[in-house]
Amino acid sequence: MSRVVHRFTRNVPDWQPRVTPVDLTKASPEQLDALKVTPSNTKVSDYVLVLAHDPETLNVRSPLFNGIMYDPGGLSRAERELGAIGASVVNRCIYCAAVHAARHAQLSKDTAVTDELFANGEKAKLGPRDQAIFDYSVKLSQSPPAVTEADTARLREAGLDEAEIVDLILSTALFGWANRLMHILGDPVRKDG
Amino acid sequence: MAQPANPEASPWLSAAASAAAQSRSTIFEMSRQAESAVIDPRDAGGFPSGWRRAVAARIATLNALPELAAHYLAGVTDPALRGLADPSEMGRDARERSVITFMDRVATQPRAVQAEEIEALKAAGVADANIVRLCELNAFMSYQCRVLAGLAALKGASA
Repeated sequence: MSRVVHRFTRNVPDWQPRVTPVDLTKASPEQLDALKVTPSNTKVSDYVLVLAHDPETLNVRSPLFNGIMYDPGGLSRAERELGAIGASVVNRCIYCAAVHAARHAQLSKDTAVTDELFANGEKAKLGPRDQAIFDYSVKLSQSPPAVTEADTARLREAGLDEAEIVDLILSTALFGWANRLMHILGDPVRKDG
Repeated sequence: MAQPANPEASPWLSAAASAAAQSRSTIFEMSRQAESAVIDPRDAGGFPSGWRRAVAARIATLNALPELAAHYLAGVTDPALRGLADPSEMGRDARERSVITFMDRVATQPRAVQAEEIEALKAAGVADANIVRLCELNAFMSYQCRVLAGLAALKGASA
């Protein structure tokens, strides 16, 4: 029986790569640098070891990810997670959705929003501000992206200022990137035991 | 769009210039570095920069961003490579056809991509490291297209 997870969940699954991860014992100096491996930190996930096949991109990607999701000011961290979840629902990245739904639930101390998102996907019914944020992230994640000035206006009506809208654009767009690595290069699988 | 953009200029410059985006100037600088890493990497593997620019232009076109497509295409001189920027062109040999088919799928229908499609790339002779490079190029382009589309809709709304 397949262990691949096909339904959205907040229980973060394991990730099984579809290509062979870099062998840490054979990694180049540039790969080791991008992996941030030090004598005291030798635990590296298969996902990051897969990305180490392109160390130059991995090296710039990690600080960019952290900046977009965690830099102070602007949109709240939970609402940036909502943008990430909107992209992950559209792109059906079960793994990304699990990680960021768990984080949203933790930050907002509430599981109701992500329960509703996973039950009803792109048609989820949320409070007015969350609804505007989620709907915007779903539209921006379409291919081609489907946002218009009317969608920006809806965010403003829901109370978002310019800086918050920029942060929502960045966090949603970032998961257009992350989903195309995580969902394409591996499968989410049930944890053993 | 108030004035015709110079296709040679970095698309991040005009994006970061908007008042709201200035609060995130380090993010735009890191985004520019990421563009450099996927378009002009020191180790390009199986995909030289001209090929990467042509495919970046193709993905911009698939995302309905003609100015961004023109930006990437301006850096491609080889006519054979320029052809790949046209989404109706599917590649010049069997290996390239399988790569282009994969890139179009990941760009436009990522949710539908199956494990078998990675296996098809391997069967066409694409090494694991090159599969990761293709995904990073594609994934970065998805990010750039969505940042620019979102900021365009923001700029228009505040004008």
